[in-house]
Amino acid sequence: MATITLKGLSHSYLADPRDPQTHPQDYAIQALNHVWKQGGAYALLGPSGCGKSTLLNIISGLITPSGGEVLFNEQVVNTLSPEQRNIAQVFQFPVVYDAMTVAENLAFPLKNIKMPKAQIKDKVREIADLLELTDSLDKKAKNLSADQKQKVSMARGLVREDVSAILFDEPLTVIDPNLKWKLRRKLKQIHEQLNITMLYVTHDQLEAATFADEIALMYQGKIVQFGSPQELFERPNHTFVGYFIGSPGMNFIPIKKNGKNDLDEGLVCYQNINLSISKPQQAALQSSHSTNLKLGIRPEFVELSEKSEPNSFVASVLSVQHLGSYQLVIVDFAGLEMQVRVAEKMRFSGAKVYLVFPSQWLKLYVDEYLVGEPLLVNKDEDKHASKCLDKVDNHE
Amino acid sequence: MNKIPNNKAWWLVLPMFLLVAFSAIIPLMTVVNYSLQDIFDQNTAYFVGVEWYQEVLRDTRLHDSLLRQFGFSFSVLLIEIPLGIAVALMMPTRGWQASAVLILLALPLLIPWNVVGTIWQVFARGDIGLFGWTLNNLGIDYNYTSNPLDAWLTVLLMDVWHWTSLVALLCYSGLRAIPDAYYQAAKIDRASRWAVFRYIQLPRLKNVLVIGVLLRFMDSFMIYTEPFVLTGGGPGNSTTFLSQTLTQMAIGQFDIGPAAAFSLVYFLIVLLVSWLFFTTITHMEKSDSGSKYDK
Repeated sequence: MATITLKGLSHSYLADPRDPQTHPQDYAIQALNHVWKQGGAYALLGPSGCGKSTLLNIISGLITPSGGEVLFNEQVVNTLSPEQRNIAQVFQFPVVYDAMTVAENLAFPLKNIKMPKAQIKDKVREIADLLELTDSLDKKAKNLSADQKQKVSMARGLVREDVSAILFDEPLTVIDPNLKWKLRRKLKQIHEQLNITMLYVTHDQLEAATFADEIALMYQGKIVQFGSPQELFERPNHTFVGYFIGSPGMNFIPIKKNGKNDLDEGLVCYQNINLSISKPQQAALQSSHSTNLKLGIRPEFVELSEKSEPNSFVASVLSVQHLGSYQLVIVDFAGLEMQVRVAEKMRFSGAKVYLVFPSQWLKLYVDEYLVGEPLLVNKDEDKHASKCLDKVDNHE
Repeated sequence: MNKIPNNKAWWLVLPMFLLVAFSAIIPLMTVVNYSLQDIFDQNTAYFVGVEWYQEVLRDTRLHDSLLRQFGFSFSVLLIEIPLGIAVALMMPTRGWQASAVLILLALPLLIPWNVVGTIWQVFARGDIGLFGWTLNNLGIDYNYTSNPLDAWLTVLLMDVWHWTSLVALLCYSGLRAIPDAYYQAAKIDRASRWAVFRYIQLPRLKNVLVIGVLLRFMDSFMIYTEPFVLTGGGPGNSTTFLSQTLTQMAIGQFDIGPAAAFSLVYFLIVLLVSWLFFTTITHMEKSDSGSKYDK
């Protein structure tokens, strides 16, 4: 049971890395600060090679970081081995002791800490029941199917009661899709029962969202956003979050300041098309001198119609993909390809459509980071967004 | 769809069939032929049935050398297999050290048998050989030319020196095939060094060990050159193993008939032991699933 704190953590696989300021590419983890609270269910989400597995192995003690500190509660554990940290870890590929039965596999970590035999038996039974492994207890582990094996390796992580945290390194990669769903639910249920800190590494946003209360999204060795799945969807802090979360990802419109100060004219433009932005966004824009400006909007939030409306922009349809419960319309908006999600039942004949960008969903990014957001999000909008996220889930 | 019967493809098997025939079947059949006849010269041969076999199976000289042979082969396995595993476990896994050790281990395997015999014949001599001289100067009475036990141990040592590398290299490759995650999981489960060996490394070495044991058994069972070069099978008959007895019979005494019968028996013994070993191992694997956990 522990709160895990990362302080200025960095790691490089090179023997002689250069200065992190000038050569960030030498580092797998860069100046990372984070706190994982005791008892939380967290996901560490990111594309391949973003450093998430490295971070996990640093926490478990399989890798010693090149810089910074890892703290369990108040104690610095940098030099402690995994067993001293009392960590349980489940790996990407099922690791079972082939020569042992399932029961012996589960009993193994307990035997190694010299738990009395009777107690081991009870604990093994309990965990086997929890993971529905009771029927296979007497089977040799090597004769099991891949998902059963992975269950055994998960169970081995769960048998020790006093673990500081359980770390999962993409544990469902080898599992069948329909079983994946079941196992994920199981994990969540176990988390609720046992109140252990769980950290789950994955590159699958759906997996992260179903398992975790809060997701840390990693990109190029940094945690770019930490928050609930909904926050990541609605208010991506960084253009990468917008691009990575959601299917498809956020549309980005590169913009320029149009030099005018008249609010009706909108302050920013894309290809001579004036776009209006909110007051806080205008304020943020005025205080910045960067030319790397983008507006982001999720395909779910773009409104599409065949009639011209006030504040609508003309676009031409490039292609339409029917994806079951919704259709994905790819449009050409003044030379920019944008994706729009509309209901499956909506029909439109012409190649010419009109787009509306609702101002609360139009996000402003300066130097790839989100700016100019009001601090609180309206409750109704919350509901809307979570509905959209459900849609994302259904189609993974 | 209509299948067109075309058996012409069988002709493609012919070259392989001829090759096997000339390399294995025909020589084997000649031996079978010899073993059933008493041959005096090119024109005089009598069919004797299984007489030679009966004689061979009653021959005490052969019984003795068969016993020596089994003793030798089992000693070889008993030493080389554990030693090979131990060496493989201690080998460095990366860096130039790994390559250096690999080359060093491979060297004995490249040396021809008779050269190995010659090397040890000189090396173990009491007067000019470093090994024999050192032993004698340490006060140990060692002389492989007069003491049967010394000669026997020298042949064993020679074989261990020559072939342990093979077992070590096989095990080394087996160990390298174990993913890191297994060791990491063991670390996290707080497994002891012994438990890591017993439950992770040994089960995963099983397949290479089966090959290692089979190769070493067959090879040591056919040992000929080394004892022949060292002492010619002596002193007395102490290092006269099966193949040498056979050679003496066939070429020394020109007893072609009994020698042929004997080589077939010899062949069957190797086949039988290998088969027994292999089926036991594979059978064990199948029944593995039935083992019980105490409830």
